[in-house]
Parts: sequence; C-alpha cells; structure tokens
Amino acid sequence: MSARVRAARPRLGVFKFASCDGCQLQLLNLEDELLALADRVEIAHFLEASSRVEPGPYDVALVEGSITTSRDVERIREVRDQSAFLIAIGACATAGGIQHLRNVADVEAWKSEIYPHPEWLDTLATSTPISDHIPVDHEIHGCPVNKREVLRVMLRALLGAGPDPPRASVCMECKRSGHVCVIVAGGQACMGPVTRAGCGALCPSLGRGCYACFGPYEGANGPALAGRLEGLGLPRRDLARRFRGITGSHPAFRSTAEGLEDGDG
Amino acid sequence: MKAIATSAAALVPEPAEIVEKRSFGRELHAYRLSFLDPAVRPRFDFMPGQFNMVYVPGVGEVAISISSDPEEEDLEHTIRIVGRTTRVIDGLGVGDVLGLRGPYGSYWPLHEARWKDVLVVTGGLGCAPVTGAIEYMFRRRANYGRISILHGVKKPSDLAHREHFEAWRRQPDTFVGLTADQPDRAWRYRVGVVTELFEEVEIDPARTIVFMCGPQIMAVLAVHILQERGVPAERIFISLERNMKCAVGLCGHCQLGPEFVCKDGPILPYARIARFFGVRGL
Amino acid sequence: MPDASEPCWLERTRLQRLLDVLLERGFEVHGPVLRDGATLFAPVQRVAELAAGWRDEQTPGGYSLEPCGEARTFGVVSGPGALKPFVFAPHEPLLQVRMDGPGSSFEAEPVLPEGHKVAVLGARACDLAALAVQDRIFLRGRFPDPHYAVRRRALFTIGVSCTRSVSTCFCTSQGTGPEVTGGYDLALTELAEGFVVRFGSPEGEDLVGALGLPIASEEALRRERSDLDACAEGIERALDSGDLRDLLYANLGHPRWEEVGERCLGCGNCTMVCPTCFCHDQRDEPALDGAASLRVREWDSCFNPEHSQIHGINFRARVRDRYRQWLVHKLAGWVDQFDTSGCVGCGRCITWCPVGIDLTEEVDAIRRTEGAS
Repeated sequence: MSARVRAARPRLGVFKFASCDGCQLQLLNLEDELLALADRVEIAHFLEASSRVEPGPYDVALVEGSITTSRDVERIREVRDQSAFLIAIGACATAGGIQHLRNVADVEAWKSEIYPHPEWLDTLATSTPISDHIPVDHEIHGCPVNKREVLRVMLRALLGAGPDPPRASVCMECKRSGHVCVIVAGGQACMGPVTRAGCGALCPSLGRGCYACFGPYEGANGPALAGRLEGLGLPRRDLARRFRGITGSHPAFRSTAEGLEDGDG
Repeated sequence: MKAIATSAAALVPEPAEIVEKRSFGRELHAYRLSFLDPAVRPRFDFMPGQFNMVYVPGVGEVAISISSDPEEEDLEHTIRIVGRTTRVIDGLGVGDVLGLRGPYGSYWPLHEARWKDVLVVTGGLGCAPVTGAIEYMFRRRANYGRISILHGVKKPSDLAHREHFEAWRRQPDTFVGLTADQPDRAWRYRVGVVTELFEEVEIDPARTIVFMCGPQIMAVLAVHILQERGVPAERIFISLERNMKCAVGLCGHCQLGPEFVCKDGPILPYARIARFFGVRGL
Repeated sequence: MPDASEPCWLERTRLQRLLDVLLERGFEVHGPVLRDGATLFAPVQRVAELAAGWRDEQTPGGYSLEPCGEARTFGVVSGPGALKPFVFAPHEPLLQVRMDGPGSSFEAEPVLPEGHKVAVLGARACDLAALAVQDRIFLRGRFPDPHYAVRRRALFTIGVSCTRSVSTCFCTSQGTGPEVTGGYDLALTELAEGFVVRFGSPEGEDLVGALGLPIASEEALRRERSDLDACAEGIERALDSGDLRDLLYANLGHPRWEEVGERCLGCGNCTMVCPTCFCHDQRDEPALDGAASLRVREWDSCFNPEHSQIHGINFRARVRDRYRQWLVHKLAGWVDQFDTSGCVGCGRCITWCPVGIDLTEEVDAIRRTEGAS
C-alpha cells in the first residue's frame, strides 16, 4: 500500500452496507483526534459525517456493513474499483454481523411472518462479509470497532506502513489491565479465552462476560471453552447461542455451535 | 542512576543514511548505511555473523545481519521484503535515513577456523549473514585451508550477490557450487537442492569446519549428511532465525530450547542445539 | 540479605502506625484489597481498606472468597496479581522518537519511569521468590533492563509468611515458602493478637526503629513456628523436581503435549498471572501529527499466535507447541538460562487457567509414561 497511500494527503472514503452505523459513529467519536486527522487525510466520502460527496478514486476506503442484497453485491465491486486500500470495519463487514443469523434460518418463511408485503423485499438469503465478494486488504474487527484501532491503522497507513492488529486473546488485555477473571472468580460465561483482543477487555472490565464481538482469535479452542462453561450450569442450547452471536459465522465458532446443538438432541 | 541511563541509551537507534542501494530482483536489496554522526561508528564494530536492529521511525524494527566487511566504514544490510517494516524499507533509497542499534549476537568462529578447511553451506537468502565471513577469509587467504562454498536457491532470481560467487570461484584452492531448485533457461549452474552439491566436494572431517545458514529443512538434511561423513557436531556452526523484538535476551520471542537466538546465537554450534534443532513446533 | 534482626512484635492495633510511617516517608502503599471477588494489590491508606476477615479457596480453574470468622488481616493467601506489575509494567513507553516520517532523520530519547516509591504490604514468600527470579532475568544479564531497574530500586517489600495455604499451592516442593526467609525489607507473620516482625534491609531496620517495636516474646515465636510448620505440612500439591530438566528435554515428543493441547485454550492466562513470565512485545505507536512516535512495550505471551512468527513461518503453529514451550521453558530452559527454575510454586497458573490445567499433573503424566511417543 505504501506508494499509493503515501500521497500527500490521502483521500478517504467511508461506505456503508447492511449495518447499524455504529462503527462509523466510532470514527465520529474520535472527537479529540478527528480534526487533526482531517488535516492529514482528505475525507472525500463519508455520508455519516457530511452530505458533501467527492467522487473517487480513494486511497483508503473503510467499509462498514455486510452484503445482503443484489444491489450490495454490485455496489461493493464499484467501491473496490475506486479504492486503493480497502478496509472492512466491524463485525458486519468482517463476519456478516448479527444479521448473519438469517444464514441458518428460512428467509422466505420469516419474510412473510414479519412483512405484510414480502414481495416488495429484495433481499438475499444470506448476510455475508465483504471478503466473500471482493478482495479485502485489511479487516478491523469488533461490534463496534475500537475507534483507537481505526486510528492506529490510519496513522500507520499515513506512514506507508501496514497494520499490526492485536492477535492475542481478550484474556491478555484483561490481565494486563489487572481485572479479575469473571470465569474463575465470578462463575460467569465469558468468551474472552476464545475471542480476539482489541476492545481492551471492555465487558470483563465491567464485571461482565465477553460476548465475542471481535470474533475468534487465531487458534481459538471453542470446544474446550464450551466444556468449561457447561460446567457452570449453562444449558447447551444457551451455550450454542453464545457461539452463534454477532461473529458466529466464523468457522471456529460455527463448528463449536453446531457441536453443541448436535449434542442437545 | 548513571548505570541505568547508560543501559537505556544502549537501546536507542542511531540514524544512518542510505548511501547506496543495490537491488537483486524485486524483493531483495542491499543497503549501505553511513551514520549521520560518524563518531558512533566504533560502537558498531562487529564480527561477520552479527546483526543490527534496523529501525524505520514510526514503523518498527527488524533484525538484519550485517553483510559488509568489518573493516569497511559503511555497514551493509541485505534485506528481503517480507513484512510490514521491510515493505516500508523497500520504498526507501539513497538519501533516506534508517535507524540502527547493535551489533548483537554471536559471530562466525573465524578465529577457530584458521588453518582448517572451511565448508560454507547456504540456502535461499542464507548467504547474506555469511557473505562478510567469506570476504573476511579471502582477505586473509593464507590463514585458511580449502574453502568450499555450496549455495542453493529456489529460483535463479533468489541469487543475490552473484558477482561475489564469480569472484570467489577465481580464488585459489576454492570450490564454489551453485544450484537452483527451479531453474530457468538462463541458469548455467547445477539443478537440484544444495545437499546434492555435497557429492562434488571432498571433506576431510578431521580438518573441516562448517558455516551453515538457510532454511531449517536444508540445515537438518545437511547436518545429517555432514555427520555421516564424520564432521563432528562441535564444528558445524548454524546461523538461526527467529522472531526478535528486543535483541538483548529480554523479550523472550527468539527462544529455541534454552537458547536466546538473539544473544546466545544467532550462530551456534550444532552440538549445542542438537536436542532441539529440527524438532517440530519448538 | 542477611536477616540479622531480633524478631520484634507489632500489636494488631498498631498496624495502622506501620502504614502511617510508610506514607509519611513518601511511599505509595499497596496492600491486598477486595476487588471483584478476589484480592488485588491496590493503594491503601487505612488498615480498614485491607481484605481482613476473609479467606480464599482456590482450585484448578476456581477462586472464591468467604468470611474466615476471625480478625485476620492477611487471611487471603493470594489473588491473581503478584509483585510483577510493580517492577515489570504491563504496558509502558520505552522510547520517544521525533521524526518527519519513514526515511527522515530522527531523534530518539529513552523514556524512563519516574520511579516513585512503592511499598507493597502482603507479598507472600512465593512472590518474593519470584521477584528474585525476575531480578536475575532483568538485572543480571549483559543488558540490564533500565525500566525494571528504576522500578525495582523504588520498591519496598513487606512480606507476610503464610499460615494457611490453598489447594493450588506447592511452594514447599519449590523451596520457596510458606515462610518468608529472604528478599524482603520487612517480614511479618500474623498471629491472633499481632505480628512477628523482622527486617531484611537497612531501610527495613530503620522503619522498625521508627516504630519502636518491642522484642517478640518466646511464646509468640513458638506459636509462629508451629503455625508455619502446620501450614507447610498442609500443602499437599507437589512438583517432583528431580531430573525435571532432563525429563522434559527427553520428552519433547511425548503424546501428552498433544493431549494437553486439546484441553488448552491457548488464551495465555497462565503466563499473565505467572509472577516470573517476562515475555514482552514492543512496537512503535506513531503520533497523530506524524511528527513523533512512541515505542511501547507490553506483556506478551508464548501463547500468542505472533509470538513465534516470522515472515510466513510460525515456529509454534499449534497450541500444543505453545503449551510445551511454556512448560519446558518454565521448568527446564530457565535452569539453563538463569540457573533457577522459573516456577516458584504459587499455583496461580493452576487457579487462573479457565479450564484448570495443572502443570504439576502434566509433569506427573509425562514422568509416569516417560519415553512414550
């Protein structure tokens, strides 16, 4: 990415697909840094922030949301064609988001249950991550993403350097911060030991179990954690739901969930 | 407090300007570096086989062996473009500045090798950490016995410093064998893996010392052949590569068994690591 | 340090005076306080803030607190935190760089900690033993760690000998406890009415002098001895250290590694709570204006995927490889590197492993079936 991104003032585009806008909001929440960042980056396309839209090409594109319609499929290709370095941000864009639950449901059936005129809907049977449709240069995980990580990636890109995202488990961040383990001392179901770091162990820092919104860390041992959490008295069906959550489309989580559902009779 | 300040200062990179950049294919460049403050050069006196941490401000550091001769003023690092820091280095050229701290680690046993036959076995980019050692010996040619240099690459484009090999070939009592795994039509040397070159050299186990550097799979095979031919494990020296962050034996990343590759290595006699070398997943 | 002091006696009611003197002398005093279902070392000013009246139960993967039914100040044996964070910070800056960007010239300055004075009250014998191990790692090599050195110099330790243990303790087999025998500025043993006090450094001696403590009675020392002996006898878990280094080196291909790799989460909790683990990462964090960068380091772990990775090769790609690295390094590699085991028998890695993997059991399993492959 070096030469392309190291343009004098790189042009940034932010694009939205099926999502709640929460990750884009994280960008806007960079209140203390946003103006300084805007000095170094030309924000050319960011509808959440400004209705003024500059045409491409873009040096860096941040893409939020999953692909859920046939129009999405076309539009993400257009964004790719316009973008030198494309970053998928957030669980929707990297894992299909909570709406990926449709992938294991009967879309036709619930369409008619919910909408008076289901025939007006144009939707795919699946919600899929951006990388299922186009080559993605980098992914920033989380629901929402950590605004600090977005900033880190941008600041690195401005130096012509690639990202170096956290790849450890949430437990590393939790312990570095000196929090007491909510599984061992609290008897809570926490997904931290199988989940990718990056949030700063936000939920455990508040005494709550992690719910895996950053997806599995490399080498996550889902079955071993499931066995432990089952020992806390959690029914297998509920446990399966923990793995089926926001990032449940990742193979490491999906296979664990399927194993739990199979064993549930 | 003075001791603390001194030990902190020892870990600070020194700026050095790129005075020459030579490229070997798209992903391999040799950078000659000259310190902005020439007064620091004596601190960087090194022996062939040692490495520096090469720093890109704001980006990061990578451990790179020093490929120039110790007697030259400038330091040369031959860098393969493989990771996030080296990709930024890739874009730098003459006049740009890098940081250096070092030198770190052990070096080739050039003193112990005097009056012996020296067999150099390298693979891939493995020649860079040993290039300085070979030049060192030729500059003091009378001190060494027969010098055999066996070098294997995957593709001809991986052959860095081709001119070195040609020059070494013309040295007295010297054998140079080159081989490529996947040759192209222009390749005029041997085809195959480097261990096949052993057929072409005579080894007197009583007076041979081995310098080895390259992919682990090559080294495992080569050690096996050398031991079969009677070369003792104490005289097979291997340059190891591991993840390094601090380079001073504190960060823990570079370990192989009980060895910190950054400070005990990177060059270790096979006898010392035999128990651990080549063990999967270690 | 030689323990030349005559044991003294500190009435329970005068413990506050000890805190006061430390605070007057400019120390930030840390002691065990209740926090989120465990004890943690946290800044305290009043004795009432300490986790008095509680005791802990610890099992593999389990930790709980309950009222102990007596007025013990140090009834809780341990929490997840040891002395490590006081000397080896979980996250800290190393280097401040001024620059224009890659390729530009730059100026780099070390960033050292301020080294404000910290006194830790309630360190256990195993914690002090671990501190001695970390001293070897960070201070005794060719490149002493300046950050550790600054913090270590500013640390004042008040050890408390253990008069009770939990099921995950095995200090007796590591020769590190339960009695505080060295490496302290002050050492306390808690009895019903008060504390037997010893000093182990000139600073500790000075503090005892300032408190004007009387000599401990023979009766107090007899009871102290009997409480410490009873505690030691009550510790059942053990790590058989005989030939451990050679046993582990000879069993790198043992099938137990694969088996434990199935159970291990690879999450790294064991390494984070281990009081001797020292792996750390370092990286550059460029500033917002692009004109500066801060090199920071933070605790890393041999369980992290990138720990053993270089351009495209991961030397320890599987969880079993990482567990083996941790255990073999801790119990064998450490001996070669630092002439000591890396394990002080505190049992934290057993308690705080979410799935309760017990290193003593793993070693036993390998010992029982030595040479299997």
